[in-house]
Amino acid sequence: MEQWSESLFNLLGGLGLPQEVSTIIALAVGALVLASVAPVLALVLIWITRKVISRMQDRIGPNRIGPFGLLQTVADALKLLSKEDIRPANADFLSYALAPILSVFGVILTVAVVAIAPGWIGADLNIGVLYLVALGSIGIMAALMAGWSSNNKYALLAGFRVVAQLLSYEIPMVLAMLGPVLWVGSMRLGLITEAQSLNIFGFNLGLGWFVILMPGMALIYLISALAESEQTPFDLLEAESELIAGFHIEYSGMKFAMFFLAQFLNTFFLGAIGVMLFFGGWQGPFVDQLPILGVFYFLIKAFAFYVLVMWIKGTFPRVRVDQMMSFAWKVLVPLVLSLILWQMLAMKLFGPVWLQYVAVLAGNVIAIGIVVNVLTSHFKQEQVRTKRAFGPKSLIGTMQPYAGD
Amino acid sequence: MIEQLNQLIEQLLIQTAPTVPSIQQVVFVMLAIPAAVAALMVVLARNLFHSALALVGTLFAVAGIYALLEAEFLAVSQILVYVGAISTLITFAIMLTRGMMYGATSPLNRQAGTAIMIMGLLFAVLSGLVASMPWPENLVALETFSWGIFSNRITGEAIIASLGQKFLTTYLVPFELMAVLLLVALAGAILLARDRQ
Amino acid sequence: MLTQYGFILILSAFAFIVPASAVVMGWLLGPKRPDAIKTSTYESGVETIGDTWVQFRAQYYLIGLIFLIFDVEVIFLFPIALAYSQLSLFAVISAITFVLILLLGLLLEWRKGALEWN
Repeated sequence: MEQWSESLFNLLGGLGLPQEVSTIIALAVGALVLASVAPVLALVLIWITRKVISRMQDRIGPNRIGPFGLLQTVADALKLLSKEDIRPANADFLSYALAPILSVFGVILTVAVVAIAPGWIGADLNIGVLYLVALGSIGIMAALMAGWSSNNKYALLAGFRVVAQLLSYEIPMVLAMLGPVLWVGSMRLGLITEAQSLNIFGFNLGLGWFVILMPGMALIYLISALAESEQTPFDLLEAESELIAGFHIEYSGMKFAMFFLAQFLNTFFLGAIGVMLFFGGWQGPFVDQLPILGVFYFLIKAFAFYVLVMWIKGTFPRVRVDQMMSFAWKVLVPLVLSLILWQMLAMKLFGPVWLQYVAVLAGNVIAIGIVVNVLTSHFKQEQVRTKRAFGPKSLIGTMQPYAGD
Repeated sequence: MIEQLNQLIEQLLIQTAPTVPSIQQVVFVMLAIPAAVAALMVVLARNLFHSALALVGTLFAVAGIYALLEAEFLAVSQILVYVGAISTLITFAIMLTRGMMYGATSPLNRQAGTAIMIMGLLFAVLSGLVASMPWPENLVALETFSWGIFSNRITGEAIIASLGQKFLTTYLVPFELMAVLLLVALAGAILLARDRQ
Repeated sequence: MLTQYGFILILSAFAFIVPASAVVMGWLLGPKRPDAIKTSTYESGVETIGDTWVQFRAQYYLIGLIFLIFDVEVIFLFPIALAYSQLSLFAVISAITFVLILLLGLLLEWRKGALEWN
């Protein structure tokens, strides 16, 4: 049992309750705390999104309701609550109602394995990393249910596209997560976070982050996480001009809000997981002496990641769906598999740990360098080809002289 | 006379007194009943999409039972592969088939009688097997097993690690053959695409 | 280990109740005035033509299939990663062969054009 449940259990046992009842109550209290994090977190995330995006667009963003517009999300939630719940005729009632709930369900369960501070984790599952991937499957089913049950051609088509995107980027994401798992030799997120300490003369500097060891993996994870949470540049399914706003066309009111809640929370939690796997989670200087600093470090890193995602959202254009799919299967999957192969070889062929470290780092950098080179030359060639095709020279001889009347 | 009657009633009550079920039994019932109900719905649902959703529900419940048996890696791979990939494929196949969208398909056809007989026979055989199996009275705790070179790890991790090691030592040939099998499946998938075009 | 999963079970109950209660509140608090136009299918202002079915595109199914194959591969890679420190070089070479066979499969798909999406 984890530290927090152990202490709660002892507290309740001291009150004289039978063993099983006190276990259940201790776990239920923890679960209640974690489940109530989600709505509060969503408020903060939506506020951050609106402020960051508006600053990117050279405007101020919400600043009237509450100090700095902090209560704007509350106002929006109240408004959405009062909207009519329009259900299309012929919609399949159970799947239609269940899909948004399942979306949020899958995301809230992620909270159970997030390690906020040394020893403070909901449940340090032995299969921590795979558990996170399994929760993605719930999101996939929810999207399919939403698309089908809306009884709308466009919703169905959009549902398919979402699922195709989610499936394509799940493989690079899982394989990128395999990197730290392979290095540490454990799937437990608490252990992976602990392994990112930098011990110099017995003092934990807390800066032995895996992003320094395997930057390529971290980059692949970042890109796949952007695609999994449907953020720019992969948010073509939300684009207003394409497919009329995606698989939640026929949803209104709170159900619609649930899909967006799921998306914001998913972005944040995927970022939090990336922070735990690659950026040290709660590790940082002086975290051994003062464990509460761990919470501070973790939150700073997780929110920094979220702001980074919003920054990307305000900066880059979207990719087309075929570009997105080719990128996943033709670039990311071979790249991440080669990185894994190199890491496996480096870990067995080289004896001393520092040599393995250098080898893995060198392999990552070289692989990313090669891929970037190949991609840039590919796109340059495409640019040249497009220019040549539409340049004036190619039209000579094909144009007819203007026959005036 | 009344005393004897009282004694008799007391004895009867002691013998038939309901024992408080353990948490594991409660959770098992909580998982098994939805699994059975969902499995029934897969077969009996009129709408094909509802069947697919019920299948997903069954797979989740079965994964929960695996977790209850402390086979957590099996549970999570069940969800990853079955729910994540196979159910998606089944749902794609259902949705992309014309006419299945509103289909009210009847769960029975002309062979219903024969099917019921054979299923009854199968049920009798399986339940007889389960009932007559010598289930061990006291279950051995997983912690008492020895995990060889992985003994310094926690039991849960030792299980998965020894599984991984077995893939590459004892069961190496089936492992590599499985890779070839997956390769063949990939090649078959291309055939699928070619046919449509 | 089982208490951890008990925790997950309890958390899943709460994780279901939180959005469900939000949706139910929305249903209770909102007005209920359904009429024919509001409940008809949305097709950017035009009336729907024909049945709601979608043209079968093999690409969706193929991507699902390729995903399934790689998912199974990933499932095998994780226990190997856990046992990695105690494996011999020969075992590592076998694991690398496994990955290479599947990379070969991906290359095959690429060359045969199964990864194109038009």
